[in-house]
Amino acid sequence: MSDAPSAGALSEAPADPSKGTLRILQLYPREMNIYGDYGNVLVLKRRLAWRGYGVEILEHNAGDGFPDDVDIIIGGGGQDSGQVVIQDDLQAIAPTLRGLAEDGTPMLLICGLYQLFGNVFRTHDGTVIPGIGVLDLETRGGTERLIGNVVATSEEFGEIHGYENHSGQTFLGDGLKPLATVVKGAGNNAQEKHEGARYRNIVASYLHGSLLPKNPAIADFLLRTAAERKFGTFDAGGVDDSLADLARQHAGARPR
Amino acid sequence: MNPLPVLVGKAVRIAFRLRGGGSALPGLVVERLDPRFMGRALSTLPHGVVVVSGTNGKTTTTKMVVELLEGQGLKVFTNRTGSNFTRGVAAALLGDVDWRGRLDADVAVLELDEAHAVHFVKLVPPRYSLLLNVLRDQLDRFGEIDATTRLLERIALATTGTVVLNREDPRVAGLATSVTTAQVSYFGLDASLRSTFPNDDELRGAEGVAPASALPADVVLRSVDGNAASFEVEGTTTHTDLRLRGVYNIFNAAAALAAARAVLGGTADTGRLFSSLAAVEPAFGRGESLVVDGQALELVLVKNPSGFRLGLKSFDPAGCATMIAINDNYADGRDMSWLWDVDFDSLGLGGVDMVSGVRAYDMALRLKYDDVRVTAVEPDITDALKQFVLGSEGRPKRIFCTYTAMLAVRRELSKITKVEVVS
Repeated sequence: MSDAPSAGALSEAPADPSKGTLRILQLYPREMNIYGDYGNVLVLKRRLAWRGYGVEILEHNAGDGFPDDVDIIIGGGGQDSGQVVIQDDLQAIAPTLRGLAEDGTPMLLICGLYQLFGNVFRTHDGTVIPGIGVLDLETRGGTERLIGNVVATSEEFGEIHGYENHSGQTFLGDGLKPLATVVKGAGNNAQEKHEGARYRNIVASYLHGSLLPKNPAIADFLLRTAAERKFGTFDAGGVDDSLADLARQHAGARPR
Repeated sequence: MNPLPVLVGKAVRIAFRLRGGGSALPGLVVERLDPRFMGRALSTLPHGVVVVSGTNGKTTTTKMVVELLEGQGLKVFTNRTGSNFTRGVAAALLGDVDWRGRLDADVAVLELDEAHAVHFVKLVPPRYSLLLNVLRDQLDRFGEIDATTRLLERIALATTGTVVLNREDPRVAGLATSVTTAQVSYFGLDASLRSTFPNDDELRGAEGVAPASALPADVVLRSVDGNAASFEVEGTTTHTDLRLRGVYNIFNAAAALAAARAVLGGTADTGRLFSSLAAVEPAFGRGESLVVDGQALELVLVKNPSGFRLGLKSFDPAGCATMIAINDNYADGRDMSWLWDVDFDSLGLGGVDMVSGVRAYDMALRLKYDDVRVTAVEPDITDALKQFVLGSEGRPKRIFCTYTAMLAVRRELSKITKVEVVS
């Protein structure tokens, strides 16, 4: 569709000839795109372009062949109906995704796909939806919806700002670390005061907002990891994050 | 019947008017004292009740249905902007009923918020419902758009006469299968216009343009050319100029025509319907034009990605000073994610002169990622508006704002120009 927000040109050559191109794969952009998940892709794309890197945005939708040479994987949230549509395809590509995850491919998993990368989702009416077991966690459907602004802190990324909106409550297995500790809001579930999960080079989170624009430290973690894996180095200069800092300050002062 | 609750409610309403500003509190008072007040006042109208709901365009569409029916000589009761919930309807009714609680009107046309409409239709089953669309809007309030669809379904199921549906929105058109007792009619778009009005599935991801639906539509918008449009009704295409601005309002005109035709049945005077439509002025914040320093100033209400994208598309930015004011109060939606589902490339050439509102920095950050130049960021709307007006002397101005930001902008503008302030 001509006027929908799109990643613009789906591929851009490196502006700096000494730098290479990273390939970013969006999982199920048709079904799992709610809540401005596109913002996460845009942020990665622009931050690469501003630094002179090339970028290629790829999509994987249900029924597509899984592309080779993927450097970063992004998955977003969807409605319950969307999760049903992608279910079979996700199970079919699960071995590939597990292999990439264990190999250290950086991934950002938000909300719906965060849940489905776990072991299982038990809905509140008793339905058991199998996950793909990349992350040792399980999600239980609740009747209460956890909605509102979230501030959380992480040693690795500092303060994290976002917005949560989920009825599934996620519980991490013993060996899996949360992404952050919640300061304001609920996070993974209504009891434990932690948010998201952090495994190998995967960042998984309930937070929309979109997450990456106001959390450039997470964006740059994904980019640095991908660039270092592919090129051995990462040039992190050339991006002014002062607007993101101000947006974080103002977001942090808002009510739940 | 005991007239006391009505009289008490009216007294409270007058007291509030004297204090200044409107309030739904009188509605609450009468609801508590006499829960059946509203149903009784509305149930005796000769043409019944029309409920207008959906995520986008309710206010303008309701205004159009009202004016179309008034143009046919009907006396119409309606609720005003800002009272699109049950208590607001009750408060508005108090102003119009006599001391016995009787309403002197032929028909009521009510704009109802999707969630409140479900409550309302339990009290007052509408004879007609007009269901516009389900676009992602305030997801923090309703959870998911499929949940919003289920709210509209409850309205459709409660309707006793005719349910008027948007043929081009698959979630809305799909409600026809649930309707058992009422009749169903549709409004629709010419195939050539489908890409201009994306439904939510086409907002992101889905490629190409879905084929026009084969369902027969009572009113079809055939073409749009600036502020003129042509509509097909019963095989005849009528070309008309409109005062309404914005392509989305023009599709809603098709919706309003279909609803008015459902109410009027065989008695509709089609020529008069079009002359009434041509005269409809934009509603509060829906492309209103004011005059500041001898220059036009347009206010464009934006509250969800589809509305913002259509707003950007409808108003050419060339030569115009642009301000954007984004608040995140409850009525605006607290989540800022929606800004990332809007494409701001069209503002790239002229840039944005001022970004304001509680979430000014979220908006400025969004523009940065679309490479749109921003001249100034000032979260305080009063200060921002002063700077914006001073800095854009001699140029027409346009302000895109969320609901509560618009209330603040209007309050400020009322100090320098003539503007209706809604509280």
